[in-house]
Amino acid sequence: MSGDLRDKTALELGQLIRERQMSSPEVTRAFLDAAEADFVKAQDDETKMNAYASLNKEDALAQAEAVQKHIDAGEFLSPVAGVPVAIKDIICTKEGTTTASSKILTGFRAPYDAGVIEKMREAGLVFLGKTNMDEFAMGSSTETSYLGITRNPWNLSRVPGGSSGGSAAAVAAGLAPFALGSDTGGSIRQPSAFTNLTGMKPTYGSVSRYGLMAYASSLDQIGPMAKDARDAAVLLSIISGRDERDSTQVMEGPFNFCEILHPESGAEDDGRLDGKKIGVPRNYFEMPGMADDVRARVYEAAETFRTLGAEVEEFELPLVDYAVPTYLIVACAEASSNLSRYDGVKYGFRSPSAETIKDVYYRTRSEGFGTEVKRRIILGSFVLSSGYFDAYYKKALQVRGLIRQAFDKALGTYDLILTPTTPTTAFEIGGKIDDPLAMYLADIFTTSVNLTGLPGVSAPCGFGEGGMPAGMQLIGRAWEDGALLDAIARYQRVTGWHKRRPNEMTADGYGHRTETAPEGTSTQEEEPSAYDQLFASLEGGEA
Amino acid sequence: MEIDEKLIEYLADLSRLELSPEERGARKKDLEDILAYMEKLNELDTEGLPEMTHPFEAANRFREDAVVNGDRAEELLAGAPDKNGSYFRVPRTVEE
Repeated sequence: MSGDLRDKTALELGQLIRERQMSSPEVTRAFLDAAEADFVKAQDDETKMNAYASLNKEDALAQAEAVQKHIDAGEFLSPVAGVPVAIKDIICTKEGTTTASSKILTGFRAPYDAGVIEKMREAGLVFLGKTNMDEFAMGSSTETSYLGITRNPWNLSRVPGGSSGGSAAAVAAGLAPFALGSDTGGSIRQPSAFTNLTGMKPTYGSVSRYGLMAYASSLDQIGPMAKDARDAAVLLSIISGRDERDSTQVMEGPFNFCEILHPESGAEDDGRLDGKKIGVPRNYFEMPGMADDVRARVYEAAETFRTLGAEVEEFELPLVDYAVPTYLIVACAEASSNLSRYDGVKYGFRSPSAETIKDVYYRTRSEGFGTEVKRRIILGSFVLSSGYFDAYYKKALQVRGLIRQAFDKALGTYDLILTPTTPTTAFEIGGKIDDPLAMYLADIFTTSVNLTGLPGVSAPCGFGEGGMPAGMQLIGRAWEDGALLDAIARYQRVTGWHKRRPNEMTADGYGHRTETAPEGTSTQEEEPSAYDQLFASLEGGEA
Repeated sequence: MEIDEKLIEYLADLSRLELSPEERGARKKDLEDILAYMEKLNELDTEGLPEMTHPFEAANRFREDAVVNGDRAEELLAGAPDKNGSYFRVPRTVEE
């Protein structure tokens, strides 16, 4: 029962709750119990997924009870009211701790909710806990967390990707129906690709960053990680839109994804993509290090888009080689400035050996930050220091403009760009952690999307060697986030990759899962009015 | 480029970090490797091109600079490592 329940999408769970087949506390408890079974395992237990940094069991159940009262009173909050969700440990919530998986924020309790959290509360979502991540979102494998590594539910000896690896593992293993991540250079899309999820980095400026601990402010964006495009769409529609407290949050209303959410909306056009032009950058597939299995799966996805009626064409998208060095300079420069706030005075950890004010700063930071964070702060200090500023930082900002021009040109011709999300499937734990450059190159196809501000989504497109999931990335024009999710939703109507769940879950007793795939779980009749109501209420400024 | 001991010390100081001798060696090597990789950008001629600091130019939205929150000193001090009444407390910063 529990396993089947935890295979369902968030929208399916929302419907069960709305139709009173289950209550929000019942659904919440099922996920909490599964999450807790993993959470309590010893840190050195090799079967421990370690998806969560902290669980907020009592708060979650109290929240579920409160939402249930609204539902019982016949109030409509959203199509996913009463459904639980996991939150990356870098997004502030009043409940529990928010530590960015860093020693320097040990025990930090945020005195306020992030903007996205306020919006999710109004939509009746229930917060299960905070998910593990690379420290301050600096990493691509969730191995730099102060709280220990997270394992990939598809193969416990592999990384789940990063930095939102805990969110990815939680959703993939059925320890949360969906989750929030944050993406600075690929931190939502790369772990989504590694764990068979649909994860989206929205257009910069569509989602509030208020209450998101800053890593690189001109690149950071919060986004959804989910089992399919429809769940991602509903979560993104809830968190997007106006927040006065983030001056870079410039989009007025929330995204209206009504047509994606209505399963019947494709009826008139048969769910096809006629008239859409999809560009496939040939040179991305020829990069050194590009794995054969991922390349083949993404080309197969291109064929599927063609059978759906899209015009698919190969082309050259220049400058891919320059994206990672440009990203590193920009991200580290912004990080060295943003992380100066962690000084042992205002919150979190202070070195117990500090005697002078200088000790408070230097020792707290030296003992409180991990190696990767120090590496990036020092690199950032270097590229911003006088004498090197022009040669590195200024140069990177100029190249950033060139990359943007290249994408604008491509998106003048194509509606969507299809690439691999990552050059390989999930790599072995320990495989790259001692080689920073190799680790940075795991983000070669994703960083451009942050540098340019454009929207990008990763979605499952099949499996590679060892049965590991492969991910494709769609990139689109600014503010046309709906076009990406719509194309993925149509792809997911004719393919089943996104419905596959990790098998280990049965074998080691994580999830009490049945052997049968969750076929036909999305066949129930939907209530179209639920989505109309959602968008009407969001656009009215209240929900 | 070659990173000497003096530069590493200077960068650690700018970063408000104390590095052990082992860490200094490791960071020196990282920096040399990563900077060598960044040299790649010099293949591109960017003479006179504008600098893109932000995804969408002039996109900032401004609001009135008005106080909207009440007195939350106690709440905000709750997470401080050391405090005294409604103040953060730190070791003496000025000699008597």
